[in-house]
Amino acid sequence: MLAHLRRSAVFAVVSFVFFGLLYNLAGTGVAQALFPHQANGSLTAGGSSLIGQTWTSTRWFHGRPDNFGPYAANPKTGVAGGDNPLVANGVKGESGATNLGPRSKALVADTRQLVAWWHAHGVDPTTDLVTTSGSGYDPDITPADALVQIPMVSKATGVSPAALRHLIASQTQGRQFGFLGSPIVDVLDLNRALARLE
Amino acid sequence: MAYFWTIVVLVAALAVAWRFLGSYMAAVFDGRVHWLGWLERPLYRALGTGPDHEQTWKRYAGALLVFSAVSVFATYLVLRLQGSLPLNPQHLGAVSPALAWNTAVSFVTNTNWQNYGGETTLSYLSQMTLVVQQFVTPAVGIAVAIALVRGLSRRSSQTVGNFWVDVTRCLLYILLPIAFVAGLVLVGQGAVQTLAGPATIHDPLNGVTQVIARGPIAFMEAIKQLGTNGGGFLNANAATTFENPTGFTNLLLIFLLLVIPFSLTYTFGKMIGSRRQGAAVLAVMAIIFGTWVGFTSYAEHQANPAVAAAGLAHQPTGNMEGKEVRFGDTSSALFNVASTQTSTGSVNSSADSFTPMGGFGMLTGMMLGEVSPGGDGSGLYTILLFAIIAVFIGGLMIGRTPEYLGKKIQAREVKLAGLGVLVMPIAVLVLTGLAVSLQAGRAGPANVGPHGFTEILYAITSQGNNNGSAFAGLNGNTAFYNVIGGIDMLIGRFAIMVPVLALAGALAAKAVVPESLGTFRTDKPMFVGLTIGAILIVGGLTFFPAVSLGPIVEQLSHGRFF
Repeated sequence: MLAHLRRSAVFAVVSFVFFGLLYNLAGTGVAQALFPHQANGSLTAGGSSLIGQTWTSTRWFHGRPDNFGPYAANPKTGVAGGDNPLVANGVKGESGATNLGPRSKALVADTRQLVAWWHAHGVDPTTDLVTTSGSGYDPDITPADALVQIPMVSKATGVSPAALRHLIASQTQGRQFGFLGSPIVDVLDLNRALARLE
Repeated sequence: MAYFWTIVVLVAALAVAWRFLGSYMAAVFDGRVHWLGWLERPLYRALGTGPDHEQTWKRYAGALLVFSAVSVFATYLVLRLQGSLPLNPQHLGAVSPALAWNTAVSFVTNTNWQNYGGETTLSYLSQMTLVVQQFVTPAVGIAVAIALVRGLSRRSSQTVGNFWVDVTRCLLYILLPIAFVAGLVLVGQGAVQTLAGPATIHDPLNGVTQVIARGPIAFMEAIKQLGTNGGGFLNANAATTFENPTGFTNLLLIFLLLVIPFSLTYTFGKMIGSRRQGAAVLAVMAIIFGTWVGFTSYAEHQANPAVAAAGLAHQPTGNMEGKEVRFGDTSSALFNVASTQTSTGSVNSSADSFTPMGGFGMLTGMMLGEVSPGGDGSGLYTILLFAIIAVFIGGLMIGRTPEYLGKKIQAREVKLAGLGVLVMPIAVLVLTGLAVSLQAGRAGPANVGPHGFTEILYAITSQGNNNGSAFAGLNGNTAFYNVIGGIDMLIGRFAIMVPVLALAGALAAKAVVPESLGTFRTDKPMFVGLTIGAILIVGGLTFFPAVSLGPIVEQLSHGRFF
C-alpha cells in the first residue's frame, strides 16, 4: 500500500510535468512557430473568420440565426440567451447549441418566428437559415443559403442579383479534397467582399 | 456520394492502422520497442520498479486503484485552487466542491462528463491538468486490457505484467507521439493553440464587438480524441471551429477516436498467437458499429419534426438543428456515433437536437456496454467478457465445459465475466430510477415529455459507461447530479476493471488444454454471431423498457409536441 502510494505520487508529478506542462508548452511553441495565424484564432481586422457574428441589417448576408430573432441574447437581463463567444456587444455568452429536442414546442415556436421574418423580407429560407448551429457561432452557410438571400440583399444595397450571384460563386469553398464536409461560404468574408463591391 | 467516399477513406485508413499500429502496440507491450529508453529507464528507477518486477493481479489492481485515487485527489485540488494558481488569464475563481468532485472523477475515469462550460469555468492550468488525465486514463485502460490478454496467453502463470511499466510504455510510445503530430495537423487546419488570453475585436461592418475565447485548445483536442476521453476545451466541444475547423479535421478526429480501440484487436490476436482470433473480435465490433452508423446517419438525413411543423416541411439537407454547416447531417451523425460507441463522448453537433431515432442510435450504442469498438482498452476487455459469456452459452447448448483460447471457462470465470457485464446496467437503471423519483433529479431536464426523460437516462447511461456524451439540455451542474454522477462513473470504471483483472489472474494460472474435435472454434462466423447475440440480448433485455419510455415513444408520437 505504501509502495503504491509513493509510486503513485511520483507518477502523478512526472506525468503532470510531461503531459500537463511540457506537452502543452512544446505544442504551443511549435504551433506558434509553424502556423502563427491559425494558432492565434485566424484573426483578421474585423473578426475571426472562424467565429460567426450577428448580422441584423438586411444589407448584409445573414449567417445561422444563433444570436438572432428568438435566439438573441438579452442585454437587459445580462443572461446569455443567444450564443456569443465570451462576450458580444457587452452581452456574455459561451459556445453551445439551443439543445431543443426534435419534438419541442419551443423549437416549433422559435422556428415559426424565423420563417415569418424571412418571408417578410422576401426570402424563402433554407433549413440552415431557420435552425441554429452546434457551436452557437457557426461562421459558414452553404452557397444555397446565400443564394436565397439575394432578393433581400439586392433590395437593400441596390447591387444587381447577377452581381451578387457572381459574388457568392467567387466566395464559395468546395468540399475539401472534393469529398470532405459540405461546400461553404464564410459569411464574414462574403460580407467583406460585398462591402468592397459597393 | 461525398459521404460514401468519407466512409471509404475512413475504413481504408483504419484498416492500415489496424495492421501496423496493432502490431506495433503488441511490440510495445512485449517490451520490444525502446526508442525512448532514455526517458523510460530513469522513470522506472524513480518508481523503484521495472519490467522485471512482474505483479500478481491483486498487486496490479492495487497499484491501479491507489494511483487513481491519488489522481482524483490531485485534480480536485487544482480545480479548487485555480484562482490562486498561474496560467489564469481570465481570473476565474475556484470551482465549487461538488463540481470539482464530479469533474475530477470524470477525468480520472476516462469519462470526461462535463457539468461546466470550459471557456467560462476553467483556467488554462486547470485545462492542462485535465490533459494529464486524458493521457493517463487511456493508458490505464489499455494496461488492463493487456493484462487480460496476458491472462489468456500465459500458461500456469501467477503474474499478469507490471502496471507501472504498461502505463509508461503506452504513454511514451503510443499516445504521446500520435497526439503530438495530430495536434500539429489540427493547428495547421485552423484549431487554436495559444497561451494568450481572449481576443477582443471590433467589426466596423456590423458594429459588433466580440470577446473570443482562446487557449491551448488543439493539443488537448488531439489527446481528447485519441484517448477516447471526449472532454474538450470549449463548451460546445468539437462543434466549434477552434476545436474542429474543417471537414478534414472532422474526419481526422473520427479516425483518432476509433484507431486505438479497433487496432487493439490486432494487438490481441498477435499477443495470443492467432490473428484470426483478433479478426473475429474485430468483426463483432465492426458489424455493430457499421449497423449503428447506418441507421443513425439515415435518421439524421430526415427532416426535423419541429422545424417541419414550423412551415419548412422540405429539408433536403436533413436535420440541421444543432449541426454545423461545414459538416452537414451525415458526417455529424458519423462523428457522434463513433464518439458514443468508443466511450469518448465528444460531439460535433448537439446530440439533444438529433431526431428521436438519431438519439436512439447514440443512447443504445452506449447501452451495449461500449464494445463497438469501445474505449481505449475498455472496449477490448469488455468485449472479451462478452466473448466468455458467448462461449459459456455455446457450452450450455452442447453440454460441455467451454473453452476460450485453450483456457477452460469454469464457474469462477463465468461469475467474474457476468459481474463485469452486469455492473453497468444495474448502476444505470438504479440511478435513473432514483433520479426520476426525486424532485432534485426531475428538475434537471430542459425539455419536457419523453425527451426530458431521455435527457436523464442519457446522462446516467453516459456516465455509467464512462462515455461523457450528453444531451446537453440537462442541467447537470447541481449537487444531486454532480454527486450521483461521480458515483456512477466510479462504478462504471472500477467495478468492471477489478473483475477483469481478477479474471486475468484466474486465466493466467490455468494450463492450456489442447484443441480437440469438440472444441468450439472462436475464429469462425458462428462465434462472431453468438457474441453479437450475447451483446444485443444483454443490452436489449436490460434497457428495452427504459428506452421505450424515451426515444421510442418520442418517435411514435406523430404530430405531438411537448
